Amino acid sequence: MTGCPFNHEPEAPDGGSGPSAVGLAGAAAGSAGSAAGPASEPAKRGFSRRGLLSLAGIGGAGAVAGLAAGYLGHDAVAASAAPATAPSSVVPFYGERQAGIVTPAQDRLHMAAFDVTVEDRAAVIKLLKDWTAAAEAMTAGRTTGATGAVDGPYDAPPEDTGEALDLGAGNLTLTFGFGPSFFEKDGKARFGLEGRRPDALIDLPHFPGDALQPERTGGDLVVQACADDPQVAVHAIRNLARIGFGNVRVRWSQLGFGRTSSTSRAQATPRNLFGFKDGTANLKSEDTSLLDDHVWATAGTRPGEAWMSGGSYLVSRRIRMLIEIWDRTSLREQEGLIGRTKGAGAPLSGGEEFSVPDFGIKGRDGEPLIALDSHVRLAHADQNNGVKMLRRGYNYTDGSDGVGHLDAGLFFIAFVKDPRTHYVPMQMAMAKSDRLALEYLKHTGSGLFAVPPGFKPGGFIGDGLFT
Amino acid sequence: MPGPTLPKISFPKKSAARKSLAVIAAAAAVPLVLSGCTDNAKPSGSSASAGPIQVTSTTTECKISATSAASGNLSFAVKNDGTEVTEFYLLAEDGLRIVGEVENIGPGLTRNLVVTASPGKYTTACKPGMQGDGIRSAFQVTDSGTKSTVDADFQKLVDTGVQQYTAYVKDQTEQLVTGTKAFADAYATGDSAKARDLYASTRMHWERIEPVAESFGDLDPKLDAREADLEPGQTWTGWHRAEEDLFPPTGYTALSAAERQALAAQLVADTEELGKRTRTVELSADKLGNGAKELLDEVARGKVTGEEETWSHTDLWDFQANVDGARIAFENLKPALTQKDAALATSLDEKFAALQAELKKHSKGYGFVYYNELKPADVQQLAALVDALGEPLSKLTSAVVL
Repeated sequence: MTGCPFNHEPEAPDGGSGPSAVGLAGAAAGSAGSAAGPASEPAKRGFSRRGLLSLAGIGGAGAVAGLAAGYLGHDAVAASAAPATAPSSVVPFYGERQAGIVTPAQDRLHMAAFDVTVEDRAAVIKLLKDWTAAAEAMTAGRTTGATGAVDGPYDAPPEDTGEALDLGAGNLTLTFGFGPSFFEKDGKARFGLEGRRPDALIDLPHFPGDALQPERTGGDLVVQACADDPQVAVHAIRNLARIGFGNVRVRWSQLGFGRTSSTSRAQATPRNLFGFKDGTANLKSEDTSLLDDHVWATAGTRPGEAWMSGGSYLVSRRIRMLIEIWDRTSLREQEGLIGRTKGAGAPLSGGEEFSVPDFGIKGRDGEPLIALDSHVRLAHADQNNGVKMLRRGYNYTDGSDGVGHLDAGLFFIAFVKDPRTHYVPMQMAMAKSDRLALEYLKHTGSGLFAVPPGFKPGGFIGDGLFT
Repeated sequence: MPGPTLPKISFPKKSAARKSLAVIAAAAAVPLVLSGCTDNAKPSGSSASAGPIQVTSTTTECKISATSAASGNLSFAVKNDGTEVTEFYLLAEDGLRIVGEVENIGPGLTRNLVVTASPGKYTTACKPGMQGDGIRSAFQVTDSGTKSTVDADFQKLVDTGVQQYTAYVKDQTEQLVTGTKAFADAYATGDSAKARDLYASTRMHWERIEPVAESFGDLDPKLDAREADLEPGQTWTGWHRAEEDLFPPTGYTALSAAERQALAAQLVADTEELGKRTRTVELSADKLGNGAKELLDEVARGKVTGEEETWSHTDLWDFQANVDGARIAFENLKPALTQKDAALATSLDEKFAALQAELKKHSKGYGFVYYNELKPADVQQLAALVDALGEPLSKLTSAVVL
């Protein structure tokens, strides 16, 4: 797939016949500044002058808003020309894998976990089908429902909530997963899914120092919405929650305002709220064979779990950073705890950001330059049986904690082949030994979800699980 | 010079972008302001007007962008262009006494060294491979005209402070060992009332020297782990295990007499081991400064939130003890700090006093009220004072060791 930064090759038998998949992939590849959107979308979000003004209020959130702000200096002619030039960046919804995993990490996140409040298999399937239709529409930049936000009956509430009108698709991806509690409740299988819970979908153990809050932990279903524009991501979660009323309730939801990982070599490494580059050694979408080794799940060992073949496991951890204390720490201490320089992000063993850390090189007193209890050492594949993960986390701040500190940190998201080998051992070692974790981090939320493989036109979210 | 009615424009010199804005703004108003602006931004008595002195260390060379500098704060940016780990030293004229050093610079990395130097002759040395005498050059510090505020006895003041704190640590450790024995005895023999009475006051000796105690990575979890700190399968010992047993939550199953005796014996053994190891611990000014900062971190992290003493709610005892330890470290360094930064010393004095006064409001008898008796507004007030102290306290180390 030349020049396409995404890894969503359409499946051989069906992908070719799915015109939208191919067309959207092309549009996404050449997205920036391109007028190409879904070629024939009747309910495409409109673009009006009024919408343009409200856009400016959002304030530079992504390319669309930035462009719109620029247009405000011009007259109505320029404004009316906007629909033709505003980028409509669409990430294909259908494909072999779900979007939002190796997709170059967008800047904004809204993730929500849901609990299913009914025990009716048909109702759950119906919900997943409804979500599929809505997700397909929203990721293409369209409104939800047949009548969208403004085209329905005057005396009825609009089907779509409307706040994403005029915003374009914003590279929205919606990634769906199933938590352990979706399969079992009180020791009994739910929704006729006996034997379908994958063995890798474990109940995560207690890690030393965990301060998990039940209201931020677990969930039957998860939806990861990532976009260039926060309002697009929030709109997606809001409308999925609305569609789900009566069958699901939101268990927790989390906003992320800035990506902390790169999932493509085309992206620069962003910084976390400690001010350090984060995810330098992350797996990238270009590392296709490594993705097979570390990210994509296999068919497992039992027929009942084969539906996860080609999927992945999503680990989410809400990691509060004690940033006020951190900020009072000397640069020497900060770099020592991380194991990298704060400016360039080079490992303390020398070189530049992407230099391979040399864990053997020693300084004065025979101590390694990258300390034994430093974050980079404990998280590195060399210290973890060679396992890697695809990290896709976000910085967050959720107001204050009531004693004058920001409730801020990292919403850690990782996609792994099998959490038993690719997450739990590393996290256990870090929770025990990582001085950074011991003194400056507090895990307040947690989730593990089975993310099925991608969807085909005509299929629905997790359909392999129900067949 | 510009007239008195003209606004004085001064921007931080560090930020090139900000400075250029200042220049533009000044130029737009009155050209004369430009020179005033430049003068204001220039640091006085420093050689650093053109940024730090650049040092490039290679396998065979130690290139320094200047051979002299004016007295005051000198800043060196040491870049390792070699293939081995390197170090850079500023030595006194005798070539022996270290005025400042920066170690462990990996290949390709740059690290800064800031030192205060009075006029005189010095020697610089890069030490690629961290061996031998290094590649040396003569370095001259000229008189900037700004009198050094540092007394000749500065190092002596620092050393005295470190000795005093070392004695304090020793004293607290001894009291901890003695107190722990009395507590363990009461606990093991089933005198729960007495053990409860001794619990918080004995732990204060631990909390006062917590950073030192925590530096023994194996003993700290044995003595001070909370239940949530454990990994699956790990045996829980130490103070908080006893705490839960003495201040049991509802539905808790008490430990048997034998279990209590084992826990008490282990607590005493681990504390005695701590006492033994503390005797040989070597302290230094930066350890005191960082230790004081860490003690305040401890307060902010666990005590002000009431997370340390989940069952006994005796967090304010720990709070007081952490503040005690931090204050003693500060006071031991204060004569030296006053030489370097008298304003910081005054500020710390005030902020310690303000926090102590607030804490005193919650005292009761020989101790304090329980954490769960505090109102949210009380906690917020304490937290604000901890932050007010924590911020300047974090500058103590660099102020003294610079």
